[in-house]
Parts: sequence; C-alpha cells; structure tokens
Amino acid sequence: MNIHEYQAKDLLRGFGIPIPPGEVASTPDKVEAIARKLGGRVVVKAQVHAGGRGKAGGVKLAKSPEEAREVAAKILGMKIKGLTVYKVLVTAAADIVKEAYVGIIVDRSAKKPVFMVSPAGGIDIEEVAAKTPEKIMKLPVDTRYGLTSYQANQLGFFLYDDVKQVRAAGRIMQQLYDAFMKNGCSLAEINPLVVTPHGDVVALDAKMTIDDNELDRHPELEDLRDVTAEDASEVQARAASLTFIKLEGNVGCCVNGAGLAMATMDLVKLYGGSPANFLDIGGSSNPDKVVAALKIITSDRNVRSILFNIFGGITRTDDVANGIVTATKHNPLKVPLVIRLTGTNEEIAVKILKANGLSAMTDMDEAVQKAVQLATGGKAA
Amino acid sequence: MSIFADKATTLVVQGITGRDGSFHTKQMLDYGTRVVAGVTPGKGGQKFENKVPIFNSMHDAVGKTGANASIIYVPPMFAADAIMEAADAGVKLIIAITEGVPVLDMTRVYPFVHEKGARLIGPNCPGLITPGQTKIGIIPGHICTPGRVGVVSRSGTLTYEVVYQLTRAGLGQSTCVGIGGDPINGTNFIDCLRGFQEDPDTDAVAMMGEIGGTDEQEAAAFVKEHMTKPVVGFIAGQTAPPGRRMGHAGAIISGSSGTAAEKIAAFEAARIGIAKRPKDFVELLLARLKPVRKPVAKSKPAKGGATKAGSAKRKTAKR
Repeated sequence: MNIHEYQAKDLLRGFGIPIPPGEVASTPDKVEAIARKLGGRVVVKAQVHAGGRGKAGGVKLAKSPEEAREVAAKILGMKIKGLTVYKVLVTAAADIVKEAYVGIIVDRSAKKPVFMVSPAGGIDIEEVAAKTPEKIMKLPVDTRYGLTSYQANQLGFFLYDDVKQVRAAGRIMQQLYDAFMKNGCSLAEINPLVVTPHGDVVALDAKMTIDDNELDRHPELEDLRDVTAEDASEVQARAASLTFIKLEGNVGCCVNGAGLAMATMDLVKLYGGSPANFLDIGGSSNPDKVVAALKIITSDRNVRSILFNIFGGITRTDDVANGIVTATKHNPLKVPLVIRLTGTNEEIAVKILKANGLSAMTDMDEAVQKAVQLATGGKAA
Repeated sequence: MSIFADKATTLVVQGITGRDGSFHTKQMLDYGTRVVAGVTPGKGGQKFENKVPIFNSMHDAVGKTGANASIIYVPPMFAADAIMEAADAGVKLIIAITEGVPVLDMTRVYPFVHEKGARLIGPNCPGLITPGQTKIGIIPGHICTPGRVGVVSRSGTLTYEVVYQLTRAGLGQSTCVGIGGDPINGTNFIDCLRGFQEDPDTDAVAMMGEIGGTDEQEAAAFVKEHMTKPVVGFIAGQTAPPGRRMGHAGAIISGSSGTAAEKIAAFEAARIGIAKRPKDFVELLLARLKPVRKPVAKSKPAKGGATKAGSAKRKTAKR
C-alpha cells in the first residue's frame, strides 16, 4: 500500500526526523491560510501516488500566500499520470546547499532490507544507478541486529565530509530504519535529504510503501489508504477479498490463482485479444466470491466477453459453477460467457451448468481463443 | 529418486487441527504420505482421525516420532514463529504453505533456518509432490504421474495446468516443487535446478517463472553454466502493468526491472526452451528428450543408461 508524502512525513516526524513544517489542503482558500500561517516562501506539492510530480507541474514554489493560492488552483484537479490531484501539501520552503538520496528497500536477493544512499540526490535514483553506480552505496542490514551505529556512520560518511553533518545524517538513518521496521514497510525513501545554509540536515520529501501483509498487524495504517487514488472497481474487489487490477482491454478474466491468472491474460494477448483485468478469486471456493467477481467485471463497459479459467485444486469447480449460476440468474449477462473448468468436482460442475443452460470447456487454449473471438467479433489477428 | 522428499520422508503437520491443515492432512494421508505427527498447542495427547498423534510443540513431536520434515498451515502472523520452531526442533525440510507472511518476518526467519541447516520451501507455496511416493502440500495428487520430468514453479494453479498437460501427454514427473510467490522465499529456482541436475531419475526440467525480481535471470545463468539436462521455461505476466502487485506479493515490475521480456531474454541466452503457452511444454520437452532417450532404448548395453535404470529399480524394490 502506497501512502502520500504528507502521511509519510507525519510518520517520520514521529520518529524524530527533521522535516520543515507543512499541512495538507484540498482547496485554494485553505492553501492560502496555511501559507500565511507558515510565513515566508512555501512549496505547494500535489499529493498523488505517482513519481515525476515536479516534471508534470505538480510542485510549485510560491513567494506569497496569494501566489500559493494561485498555484494551488492550478494544481488541484490536474491529472498526473492519469491520477487526479485532490490534495496538496503546503510546506515551508528551504534553502538548499546539497541534496542527497536515502532509501531502504527489501532486497529480494540479499533477503534483507538494504540501505541505498547517494550524494547525487534530488533526481531519479534509477538513473543514478544506471549512469553513475559509483555514486551509490548499498548496505544490507541484518534485521536480527538492526542498523548498528558504525553502519549508520558509514552511510553518513558516504554522503558528507563535515562530521557534524555525518552525525546528523547517521541519526536520520537510524530513525528512518526504525520507521521502516515499525510500520512494516517494503520501501522508505527520503529524496532529497538536504543540507541548509545553516548546516542543518533535513528531509524535504518522503515516500513510504507498506507491505500489505503487515496491515493486520498495524490496523491504524489502513486508515492512511486513499481510496480516491484507486479505481472504484478495485476498492469493491478488495472488500470482497478478491485480487483485482483493472486494465484497458475487453476480455473480462476470472481465474483462480495468480500465476494462472497472469498466464490467462498473456494467452488472451497471444491470440490477438486484450485482457480487461487481472482477477484472482483465490484458493477458497466460495460461490459468493464468484458472484462479486462477475459484478465487478460486468460493471466495466469495455468488456465484450467474459472468460472463466478455473483449475480446481483447493478450489472446487462446483462451487464456482454455483456462483456463476446464482450471479447470472439475478443479473442476466449482456455479453457472452466462456467457461473453462478442470479439476476437483468437474463432473458435478458441468451438470450444474448444463441444468442452467450453460456449458463448459476443458481446454484452456480453446476457451481463450473463443473468448477473444467473441470480444473482437472474429476480427482478431 | 526425486529431490527434497521421497517415500522415506516422515512429516509433522503444524496446524493440523485448523481448517486447511485438517483438510490437506487427510488428502496427504490418502496419497500415502507418512504423516507421523501433528502440532497444535493445547491439543497435545489427542489424535487426528484416530491415528496421527498430536503434540503441543515441535520439540515434542520430533522428539517422540523422529520426523524429518514439517509442513506449516498456521495463520500468517504466526507463520514465522512456526518456521523457526520447526528448524529449532531439528527437521531438515520445512514447507510453509501459508500466504500473507510479512516480508520483514522472513528477513529474520531466513538466516535462522539457514544456520540450523534446514531447507525451507515457501512461504505462499503449494508445496511439493514426488508422484507415487509422497505429497507434502496441496498439489492435487490425481493430476500427477511418476516419471522423469522435474517441475519447478513460483505459482500454484499454473503448475497444475502444466503438470496436467504433461500427464495427459504421458510425460510423468520426478518431483514437482512450488517455490512460492513471495519476494523472500526459502528455496529458489537454482536450488531446485541443482537438485534436478544431480537427480539420476530426472531427464529434463519444466520451469515456470513470473514477473518480479531476478530469480529467473539467475536461474538462467545457472542453467548455462552448470546444467547438461534440457530445461524448458515459461514466464507469466507479459501483459502485467508495471508497479502493480499481480496477486503474488513478489509479482511486481519495479521501475524497469523484473519484466517478462528481460526474463525471456535471459532464458533465450541460456538456450532454455521458451514455452509461449502452458501447453507448449509438452512439445518442447518431447523434442529435447528424444536425443537423450533414443540411445538408451536402442542400444541396451549402453553403460550409462543400463546402470541408471538398474539402480532405480533396485531402490524401488527395496522399499
């Protein structure tokens, strides 16, 4: 789960990281009031879950509260990478002498959280990694011992020469690590970490991603979720415990298991079609889930055909068949349905479908081809 | 022969009285798996299905039965502890089925298990099956058949799909391993590929990867360097949008890394056969198995083939 910059900054302040004051607003009036309260120059920053906000015009400096109001009126409502800006962060502007990058990610190969720091901050770190890898220091942390003082120092010395700044940075590394671990993050990033003309080290931007698997342990973090940043169908799917991702195509897919769901989407593409979504109904067999899944798929106006691909293991195919029958009885489908069922209780499932005027196929490729044909009107390449 | 588990493997089920644990324990017993104990704290002294003794802890279970493997069906928040308990009790193979284990928990568990000298498979995996011998996990037994193709995959149902196609085409399996869809898991592709390369009863490997991470790229490098047996691979998620978690916690394209295209390119560079569709495995494997099989079948005195077959027979006979 991604959280916004203002939310990440609130969390990091709680761990003691020095961050200039700021408040979030959703109207130009409120922005002006905050700017007046802060005094001096402010930065107005779009709060959306997308990188490259600055380049897109979503981050602006304002010299007066009136100017803050003007730029906010432009930023609020604009679209950045398809996402509408509903909120802006108004924060005191800082003078910058030096910019650095500090981040922690869970590294899959090292099987540890890894610190990545670079004195070349403020820009896209992937670009730094590609062009000047020597400007990046990577340091894996054994979570059984945590970040040790000498490691924090090592990171600090990679960024700064001034010992005072090294110590300040070391403290921030320690605080960032604590925030990362205590909030169950998969990523925590400060970009840039800056040195001001007074020699203070402060964080000007923050990004945190929470591991979804940690949310049961940190229910308070669930409140930070911004549902306006998600497609309505995805919010609906999560409420029904379905894993759903909306795509742009016209073949609605309903599959059990993430790997098979991806393979089904790929096959739709291979046969000349385009998947409308990723949908994994999961391992448990509950007819209600199927009903919810069909509701979500059919609410997408682009969908021209619906494909079920079910390989029954733990999932009982008769449960899926019952779900399809229940769902279509209440809301007859306006688009054709192709069902592929194999595995656990297949015979019972086929009987249930037949008794309700539906039929099932057993071969995945044939089913996908048929669904693509129905969606494209036979025009698929 | 097989990799990781066979007829001799004795198993403890952690979470044997839970909904999933009890259901799948019955399935494993039906398949012939030697389930010798179960663990549910507070239910020690009872019996599962009137035959499998239940203990309060892994130490009791392993101490009393001498079990050498465990399978974990406990809820995600307790899974890390269960894995460490198993390793501490001395079992050498731990299979964690549980989905939803926090990744940071795994950063503590992995070095612990490693230092105890145990192998962890999973979490968030379907387990493994050595057809005709033992099934540890949730892979449906009836779709598998004994044979000489090793199967390794990050997915559950996609594995079933491929195994089902192999079985229908008469291509049996030596062992099928689901390594799981999480970003940090106990066993990776290379561990399985090494096992299959060394296993005298495996002739070829079918490997199913997906987007996210670099495990497949590293596996491809291993195949190029160390494997003489043919490998056929598939990558799921070619149509997945970047930055989104595709169901599996580990199936995510981060920035420009972890894409299907880069993994397929790595496979090609390692001369791994590329299955474009799950069903392509059959044809690609058959084409690669022919040159290996023919000389064995034609010229009976061929030493390698004869010894292999002989030793395999002897082992089966012993049991």
